[in-house]
Amino acid sequence: MGAGAHPLYRHDESAVHRTPAEVKIVCLLVFVLAVVATPREMFWPFAIYAAIIVATWRLARIPLRWVLPRMLIEAPFLVLAVLLPFAEGGQRIEVAGLQLSVTGLWAAWGIVIKGTLGVAAALTLAATTSATELPAALSRLAVPAVVTSVLVLMIRYIDLLAAEVSRMRMARIARGDSPRALHQARAIATGIGALFLRSYERGERVYAAMLSRGFDGKAPDLAVIGAPPRAAASQWVVAMLPAAVAVAVSVAAWVTL
Amino acid sequence: MYPDGHVALDGIDLEIAAGERVAVLGPNGAGKTTLMLHLNGVLTATTGSIQISGIPLDRKSLHDIRRRVGLVFQDPDDQLFVPTVAQDVAFGPANFGLRGEELAARVANALAVVSLTGDAERSPTHLSAGQRRRAALATVLACQPDILVLDEPSANLDPVARRELAETLAGLDATMLIVTHDLPYAAQLCDRAVIMDGGVIVADGAITDILSDSELLAAHRLELPWGFSVQGR
Repeated sequence: MGAGAHPLYRHDESAVHRTPAEVKIVCLLVFVLAVVATPREMFWPFAIYAAIIVATWRLARIPLRWVLPRMLIEAPFLVLAVLLPFAEGGQRIEVAGLQLSVTGLWAAWGIVIKGTLGVAAALTLAATTSATELPAALSRLAVPAVVTSVLVLMIRYIDLLAAEVSRMRMARIARGDSPRALHQARAIATGIGALFLRSYERGERVYAAMLSRGFDGKAPDLAVIGAPPRAAASQWVVAMLPAAVAVAVSVAAWVTL
Repeated sequence: MYPDGHVALDGIDLEIAAGERVAVLGPNGAGKTTLMLHLNGVLTATTGSIQISGIPLDRKSLHDIRRRVGLVFQDPDDQLFVPTVAQDVAFGPANFGLRGEELAARVANALAVVSLTGDAERSPTHLSAGQRRRAALATVLACQPDILVLDEPSANLDPVARRELAETLAGLDATMLIVTHDLPYAAQLCDRAVIMDGGVIVADGAITDILSDSELLAAHRLELPWGFSVQGR
């Protein structure tokens, strides 16, 4: 595992992995906007979007059994969608003995399909882009240095923080605390306070160390050091294809509506 | 002086010649780390002054002095704050105005000195404690300081990592201040030692004289580890 591997990253050397991150970010953004802008009272545009994503997965060698369980992250958001056909008013149809609202059904369909496509597309970016590529990509997309610095610090210290949490947990269990999460609620609550203090103190030490190396409030653009080269024009053209197709589909959907 | 009125340093008078290697010894809470943070102006003394290479430390000279005085902190995780080692090593020199090729060369050079060339693109999280310590040293060496101040450099290192770090340090020709209570390590690397206790300097002399004075050491909660004795070098 190299630097910047995160739980949603799937290491490989595919063409999608090699595509510069800044292109993938823009492609994802445009793709998701196109999906969201599509009128929900139709099916064929969404079938094409899904096909684009599945094709990208094939290209990135991401197996379905790897990506599908990770898509469960959207499950909580679907609860609302399930309620809509019952809650909405207007014309009703009977399905399996249930009186369902037609507008509610369309609304639920819209949420489910757009949400699922969005999560699937975002997971594709996450699975093929390591965390260390992100700051350089964002700084090339003209995101301010303050924002990329915050991101850089977060990537660096999140593991350290997680390790600290697990050490504190081990120390509690070693002193006879119940290993069950619910029983630990009280200890966890006090532990968070201690963790905050430790992180705060670390922040001060990190800042002192930064000052010592000449930091004066202006973050130098470190993201570009050791970063892969900028995307070439040809890479932009190729990698933006899925987004371009999605935009075309979205426009076509509105025209044929 | 701390906000609660506690005085950490109380009248320090210390002069260090260029090229000297001085061990700053003392028990926990003696003010060693506080002294270190004064040397490049991270902390400012209530009274008194600091001169580095003849330049008085003030607001105008601060940036220059921070380049001249390199601080290596005790916990490498405090020092290494970006996702890759190379980016971290570049942080200092970039702050001091280096860009492009020059910056890359400086980074490569500093990593070579600490034998971490192959680990440039790795995350500090995935390095061993010894590698992390040497990476932290590289981040400071890349600024090409005249004076190197190290806080507990041997803490938490296994014996081999400890020796490797000593070899790296022995090969550097910067003026060196090593803040530690690892007395054998100080004896290995330094010629002169000062003992701090209660915010003042209580002894200053050749390291062999200081370390062979067991009464002096005992008076300030210091002692050589079991089985050690110091001979003249």
